Amino acid sequence: MDTRDSIRPIGPIVIDIENITKDYVMGEEIVRALRGISLQIHRNEYVAIMGPSGSGKSTLMNMFGCLDTPTSGRYEFNGKNVASMDDDELAAIRNREIGFVFQTFNLLPRSTSLRNVELPLIYAGMDPEARQERATQALVDVGLGDRIHHKPNELSGGQRQRVAIARALVNNPSIILADEPTGNLDSKTGEEIMALLEHLYHRGNTIILVTHERDIAAHARRTVRLRDGIVESDERVSVAQLESVAVS
Amino acid sequence: MKRLLYELAESWKIAVAQMRSNMTRSTLTALGVIIGIVAVTLMGTAIGGIQVGFDKSMSIFGDDVLYVGQWPWKNVDDWWNYRDRRKIKTEYADELNRMITMTPNSNLAIAIPTSSVYRSVKYTDSEVNNVLIRGTVSDYIITSTFDFKEGRFFNELESRGGANVCVIGYDVADGLFPSTSPIDKSVMINGQPFKVVGVISKQGSFLGLFSLDSIVVMPLPAFQKYFTAKSEAEVLVKVKDKTKLADAKDELAGLMRRVRGLPPEKKDDFSINEQQALKSTLDPIKNSIAIAGLFITGLSLFVGAIGIMNITFVSVKERTKEIGTRKALGARRRTILLQFLIESTALCLLGGIIGLTFSFLMCSLIGVAFPSFPIRFSSELVFVSMFVSVLTGLVSGFAPAWTASRLDPVTALRYE
Repeated sequence: MDTRDSIRPIGPIVIDIENITKDYVMGEEIVRALRGISLQIHRNEYVAIMGPSGSGKSTLMNMFGCLDTPTSGRYEFNGKNVASMDDDELAAIRNREIGFVFQTFNLLPRSTSLRNVELPLIYAGMDPEARQERATQALVDVGLGDRIHHKPNELSGGQRQRVAIARALVNNPSIILADEPTGNLDSKTGEEIMALLEHLYHRGNTIILVTHERDIAAHARRTVRLRDGIVESDERVSVAQLESVAVS
Repeated sequence: MKRLLYELAESWKIAVAQMRSNMTRSTLTALGVIIGIVAVTLMGTAIGGIQVGFDKSMSIFGDDVLYVGQWPWKNVDDWWNYRDRRKIKTEYADELNRMITMTPNSNLAIAIPTSSVYRSVKYTDSEVNNVLIRGTVSDYIITSTFDFKEGRFFNELESRGGANVCVIGYDVADGLFPSTSPIDKSVMINGQPFKVVGVISKQGSFLGLFSLDSIVVMPLPAFQKYFTAKSEAEVLVKVKDKTKLADAKDELAGLMRRVRGLPPEKKDDFSINEQQALKSTLDPIKNSIAIAGLFITGLSLFVGAIGIMNITFVSVKERTKEIGTRKALGARRRTILLQFLIESTALCLLGGIIGLTFSFLMCSLIGVAFPSFPIRFSSELVFVSMFVSVLTGLVSGFAPAWTASRLDPVTALRYE
C-alpha cells in the first residue's frame, strides 16, 4: 500500500459501533435487518457501504445518520452514546454532525438554493446575516455561486445535487452521508458529483457513501460489503486500484 | 430563544409560500372560515345592538322609580289571583304623599298618580289611532326621562285646574302636523279639544315592540272628566336614594298596606314594580337569544375549522417527504409542530381578516339602509374575532401538526 493515502495519518474515531442489531416487526414476522455489525470509521475516511438490496445497508445508513436507533449494541458518535438518545437529541446530532446527500436530492421545491442551504443553519439558531454568508460560501464552494437565487425547478439534476451537497456541508458536519448520490443522474453528471465528493475528501471531510454500483464505490478508499445483515468484507482500496478501475 | 424566533420566522415564510402556491385550495379553505367569521361577527353586532336597545328601553323606566300597579311585570302562572285584585286608584298618590311627608327619614320622595287609556287623536282630517292617553300631574316630569322637541310640560296650575291642555309624543305630532308646528293647535280626543303645549322628542320603541312616541299626556282632572271607562291607574313613586331601593320598596309596601287597610294576615293585593326586576325577568330571555344565536353561527365557524383541519392533514400527507428531509437536517419535533400550526393559523387569520372586512362592510350597508336596525360594530368585536380566528387555527391545526411532528424520519424520507 505505497499510496499517498497510506501515509495519511488516521484521525480520531468518529463512528464506533459494536455488535449492533436492528429488528423490524412486520406483521407477525420479525425481520432482522442487522444481525451484529461492528465498525469503526475515523475522521477523514472515505468509506463505501455496498451490498445488494435487503443486505441491511439502508438500515445501517439510517443508524449512521442517527435517523434510527439500534435494537441492541453500542453506538458512539464522537464519543457520545447515540443508542440511548431521544428524538430531539438525535435531531441536534443530525443538525450539527451529519450532512445528508440523498438520491432524490430532497430540496424544498419552492425555496431558492440559498434558502435550501440555509435550512440547517436556521435549525442551529444562527443569525440571518451569518447564515446567509455561510450558505452563500457553501454554494460558491460547490461551484454554484451564480445560482444562489434559483429554485430547484430552474436547475439541472447535477446542479440540484450540488445544492444538496452545499446544504450537507454548510454546518461543517463530522460526516457526509451520501445515499446513492448519483442514482438519479446520468453517468457524466454522476462523475462530476463524484469528483466533487473526492474534492471534499481531500479538503478533510469524512465521507460515507452508500451505493450498490461498483464503479461508484470504487471512488472510496475503503469498501464495506454487507450481506444478510452482517459485514461480509471490509477492505481498504489503494488509489492504484482505483485508477485501474477508472481506466478499465 | 433566538432559535425559536428564527424557526418562527422560517415557518411564517413557509406558510405564506404554501398559501401562494396553493392559491385555489387556500382560498376555498379560508372561505369556510370567512363565512364562519362573517356569521359570528354579524350575530355579535346584532347582539350588541339588542343590548344597546334593551338598555335604552330599560332607561325609560328610570332606575329610581317604583311602579305600584295591579299586575307584576313578569309572567305569572296564577293570573286569576291577580285578576280579582282591587283596582289601583289615582287617589292613593295623595294619601301616599301625605304619609311620606309625615315619615321622618323616608326613603321615598314623591308619589305621582297616572291613569292611562288608548284612544284615537284627530286634527282636522288627520287621525292617529291607538294612542296612549295618560292623565297625570305636573310633577310627572320628575320621573320621566324625556326631552321636549318644542314647547313645555303642563304647569301646576293647569294640572290642578284640569285644563284641556296636552303634551303629545313625536309620532302623534308627526302624524297630525307633518309640516306645521302643533303648539297652540287643538287636537280632538273623544270629541274634546285639547290645546297642545309641548311636543316630546323622539324616544323610539320599547324593545322594538311598541312605540313610546305614540302618546298624549294631559292633566289628571281633565283625563278623569272624559276617559274614566277602561282606564288603568298606576302610581309612580320616586325614591330618594336609588342605592336603597330595597328599603324604599319595603317602606312603600308598608304604606300601601295602610292605604288599602290590609290586616297583617292578608297578602299584598298590589304589585310594586321596578326597572331592575323587569330587567332580571327579561335578561335570561335576552341572554338565551344571544347564546342560541352565537351557538348556531358558531357551528358555521366550526365547519370552517374542520375544513382547515382537513387541509392541514392533506398538507402534512403531501409533504411527508419534506418533513423527513427537515428532520434529517435537524428540525426537532417542536419545529415541525410549529410549522404546521403556523400554517393553519395563518390561513384562519387570513380568513378572519377577510371575514371581518366583509361584515364591517355589511354592517355599514345595513346601517345606511336601515338606520333603526339595532347593529353595532365595536373594536372589541374586531379583537374577539381575531382571537377566535387564531384560536380556530391553533385548535384545528393541532391534530395534523402533532401527527407531523411525530413522524418517524426514516419512514417519512422513504415516503413517495
